[in-house]
Amino acid sequence: MPEVDQQQALETELEELAADVVAQAMKAGASDAEAVAQEGDEFSVNVRMGEVETLTESGSRALGLRVFLGKRSASTSTSDLTPGGIRQLVEGAMALARITEEDPFTGLPESDEFGALPQDLHLYFEDVYSLPGPERIEWARRAEAAALAADPRITNSNGAGFDAATGRKVLVNSRGFAGSYRTSYAGISVSPLAVDATGQMQRDAWWSSARRMADLDSPESVGQEAARRTVRRLGARRVPTQQVPLVFAPEVARSLIGAIFEAASGDAIWRGASFLAGKLGESIAASGVTIIDDNAMLLPSGVGGFGTSPFDGEGLPSRRTVVVEDGILQSYLLNTYTARKLGMKSTHNASRGLAGTPGIGCGNLYLLPGTLAPEQILGGVPAGLYVTSLMGFGTNIVTGDYSRGATGLWIDNGQLTRAVEEITIAGNLKEMLRNISAIGNDLEFRGSVASPTIRIDGMTIAGA
Amino acid sequence: MTNPAASPATSHRRYFFEKFGLTERLLERCLGEALSAGGDFADLYFESVTATSLGVDEQIVKSASQGTSAGCGIRVLSGERTGYAYTDNLSPERLLHAARTAALIASGPARQPVQGFVETPAANLYPVPLGGFDLDLAARLELILRADRAARAFDPRVVQVRAGYSEELRRILIAASDGAFASDTQPLCRLNVFVIAKDGEVSTKGSAGGGGRAGLEQFSGSKSPEHLAHEAARGAILQLGAVPAPAGEMEVVLGPGWPGILLHEAVGHGLEADFNRKKTSAFAGLIGQPVASPKVTVVDNGTMAGRRGSLNVDDEGSATQETVLIEGGVLKGYLSDKLSARLMGMPNTGSGRRESYQAIPMPRMTNTYMLAGDDEPEDIVRSVKRGLYAVNFGGGQVDITNGKFVFSASEAYLIEDGKITAPVRDATLIGNGPEALKYVSMVGHDLKLDEGIGTCGKNGQSVPVGVGMPTIKLDKMTVGGTGR
Repeated sequence: MPEVDQQQALETELEELAADVVAQAMKAGASDAEAVAQEGDEFSVNVRMGEVETLTESGSRALGLRVFLGKRSASTSTSDLTPGGIRQLVEGAMALARITEEDPFTGLPESDEFGALPQDLHLYFEDVYSLPGPERIEWARRAEAAALAADPRITNSNGAGFDAATGRKVLVNSRGFAGSYRTSYAGISVSPLAVDATGQMQRDAWWSSARRMADLDSPESVGQEAARRTVRRLGARRVPTQQVPLVFAPEVARSLIGAIFEAASGDAIWRGASFLAGKLGESIAASGVTIIDDNAMLLPSGVGGFGTSPFDGEGLPSRRTVVVEDGILQSYLLNTYTARKLGMKSTHNASRGLAGTPGIGCGNLYLLPGTLAPEQILGGVPAGLYVTSLMGFGTNIVTGDYSRGATGLWIDNGQLTRAVEEITIAGNLKEMLRNISAIGNDLEFRGSVASPTIRIDGMTIAGA
Repeated sequence: MTNPAASPATSHRRYFFEKFGLTERLLERCLGEALSAGGDFADLYFESVTATSLGVDEQIVKSASQGTSAGCGIRVLSGERTGYAYTDNLSPERLLHAARTAALIASGPARQPVQGFVETPAANLYPVPLGGFDLDLAARLELILRADRAARAFDPRVVQVRAGYSEELRRILIAASDGAFASDTQPLCRLNVFVIAKDGEVSTKGSAGGGGRAGLEQFSGSKSPEHLAHEAARGAILQLGAVPAPAGEMEVVLGPGWPGILLHEAVGHGLEADFNRKKTSAFAGLIGQPVASPKVTVVDNGTMAGRRGSLNVDDEGSATQETVLIEGGVLKGYLSDKLSARLMGMPNTGSGRRESYQAIPMPRMTNTYMLAGDDEPEDIVRSVKRGLYAVNFGGGQVDITNGKFVFSASEAYLIEDGKITAPVRDATLIGNGPEALKYVSMVGHDLKLDEGIGTCGKNGQSVPVGVGMPTIKLDKMTVGGTGR
C-alpha cells in the first residue's frame, strides 16, 4: 500500500529530496538537471457579518524537475513524493526531453554565476502562527466590525479575513548550486458594502499584509480605511467624454509600473513583442522617472520586502537593477535564456514555478518617489480625475495601447469632489510615460510592486 | 453502491480505490470524523490531475512539460459556516486528520453520516478511452507544428510564431454525508497560436485558440491548426493598419461566438447565488423583474457534449443542467450550489465548482449563451449609422456590487453609414450589468459558441467555461478609445 512510502517521504528533508532528484536525473542520463521543492502551510478565516463563514487549514508539498539532454530540455512536477512518484518524475522528464528539439540558447547558468546572498534577509517569522485559533477569528471580526461601525451607510459586507502562511523553497542543480529559504506571511482584509438613499450599492476593500505579526496594521485601522474607501464611492456618476489630467492613486499607479516591467522583460524584448524593444539607452519616460527592481531589499522596518529572496529562480544571487533612470531605459529584465537570446547577462530576474521553464519575475519593483505631497499634485489640477481603481485587461504591451475601466473622484480646483464610475481611461503607454508630469513623495510597499501618486496628462476619458 | 457495474462511473471510482487504496469504509470513517463535532453536512473531494503541455517557438519544439498532483479536500458545513482542510497525502491517518481539522467549524454533539452511498446518475458528455488520453505525443506535436507553418506562411509580415498545446485529465471522486456519491474523468485540451507581426516600426500581436473536452479529432474545421493560425496571423496583420478606437457612447454590434463574454460579465457573475444570498450583487432581489430587452434569453448549460465548460457532475457531485437565467428579458433564476440552495430554499442548479482540491466550491458558470433571434446579421450592421462592430475580445471583469463591467475588444471595426470600415486599435467597452442588455435592439439568428478558450476567475479560483451569442446590436454602450 502507498501509505507507508508517503509517510517516509514526509520525514525526508526537502533539501535531500531535491538533491536526490537531481542525482537520479543525472544517473538517468541527463547532461544537467535542476530540481525545485516547495512546501507550505496556510491558515485562513473569513468572517461575514460577525459570523465565521469559512475556515481553512492545510499544508502541501511538491517537487519540480527540469532536465537537459545537451540543448534539449523538458520539465515535470508532482505532488507524489513517494519513491515511485519520484521515479516517474525523473523518467517522465527524460522521455519528454527526447521529443523536444535542440535550442542553442537553452541551459543552466554558468557555474561561476551561482550564488545566494549570505546575510539574513528576515523573510521568515514564526509569529505569524502565534495567535491562538479563536484570536485569529477575533482579528477578522474586529476588522469587519470597525468597518460596519464607521458609517451608518455601511450596512453589509463581503466579509473580512485573517490569513497566515509559511513556506519553504529549495533549489538544487547539477552545477553545484543548492539553496533554500523560508518565508512567512500574515494578512488582514476587509470588504464592506455601502448603500445610499437612492439604493446604489458600492463595495471597496482594504488590507494589511506583512511577514510578521508586529508589522500588521491593527484590525480597527484596516476596517476604518476600508469603510472610508467604500463610502467615498457612493453617489458615483459618469462624466462626459473628454481629455483631462489624471492623477493615479498609489494602488493603481503600481499597475502602470507593473506594465513597464512586463514591457522591459527579456521574453517580450527578444521577440520584438514590446513597445520597449530596442529602446535601451533611449528616453522612454519623462525626466524624473526612475524605476528600480531590487530583489535584495529590506523594508525600513528591517524586514525583507515582499519581493525579496536570497537568490532568483535559477540560483543567481539577488541584486538591485536600475530599469529606468531619469527617463532613460537603462536595463531590460532578464533570466539566463532571454539574456543569451539578446547577447546580454542575466539581471537575476528568473522566476521559477514548479513546472515549466523559468520565466521572468520582479523582485521589489518601484518608482522612485518625488518631492510633492499627493495634496500638492491634486492642488495643481483645475479639472481632472483622481483614479482609485481600474478594471479589465486592456493593456497591450506590444503596441502600448492602454484602455481600462476606471472609477475615482472628480478633481475640481485641486479638490476631490464627487465619485465617478462607469468610464474608461485610454492612451498609449509610450506617450503616457512621457506625460508623467508629477510624482508624489508617498511611496509605500504594500506589496512587491509599489508606486507613489503620479499625474499623467493627455489621456482620454470615455463616458456619457 | 447502487450503480450498475458496467457504467463508466465504475472505472472512475476504481481508479481512486485501486491507486490510492480508498475503500467505502474509509470514506464513511472520514465523513464520520468530519461530523464528529456536529455540523449539517460534510463531503470529501478527491482529485487526481495529470497535465501535459508542449510548445513550438521559432520553429523549434522548445518545451515539453508534465505535471501530476493528487489530493483531497474535506468540507464541513454548519449553518452558513464552512470548515475546510485539504491534504496531498491520501493515507488514512492524514485524511482522518484533515477531517478532524475541518470538523472544528462546528461545536455540538457528533452527527452520523447517512449509511451507504447513492451514486449520482450522470451523463457521459466526454467519453474518454479507459485510462484517459492515449499519450501519442507525436500526434500532438504535429498539431502545433502545423499551426506554426500555417501562421508563418500567412504573410511575410508575421515575424514571430508560438504554438502551444495543453491537455489535462482530471479525475474526481466525491462522497458526502447525505449519501451522495459521484465520480468522473474530465479530459480538457487546448491549442493556442500567438503571432507577432511587424511592418516598419509598427509591431502588433494576434492570438487564437480552441479546444474542449474531446480528443484530437476536434482539431478540424474552425478548430484546425491552420484555421487557428490564420486567425491569429490575420488579427495581428489587421492591427498593423488599425486606427484609434472611438471614445464615448455609441451603437455597438457584437459578432457571434466569443463576444458572448458580454453575458458572462454583464449578467452571469451577478446571478451567482452566493452573491445574491449575501445581497452583495446588483441583481439581488430582481427575480421576476425585467433586466434586458424582451429579445434576450440567456441560459447557462453544463450539459453540452464535449464543450470546455461542460461537466457530467459538478464539484459537489450534483448532475449539471441547463438553467434559464433570463427569459424574454425577465430575470428567472440564479446559479446555485448545495450551500446556497439550502440556505435560500432554492433549487440546486449543479453549479458548485472549484479550481482544485485545495479550494472551497462556489456557484460558477459553465457554458453561458444567448439564444438566437430572428434578425439577419447583415441587417444588424446595416442599421447602424455610426458605431463599433466588435468580433473578438480579450478578457473581461465585473464589479458585481455596482454592476459595472468591462470587456476588451481585440478585433473591432468602425461602422459608418451601415458599412464596416476601418479596423480599430484595442479598446475596452464598459457598461452596467442590470441596464446594458435593455439596449439590445436586434438579435441575429446566427448563434455561435466560442472555440473553447475561456477561463473564469472568481475569488482567486480559475475554472474553464464557455460562452456564446448570436450577432446582437446594443443601441448604446461606452467605447473606451482615444479617437473622436
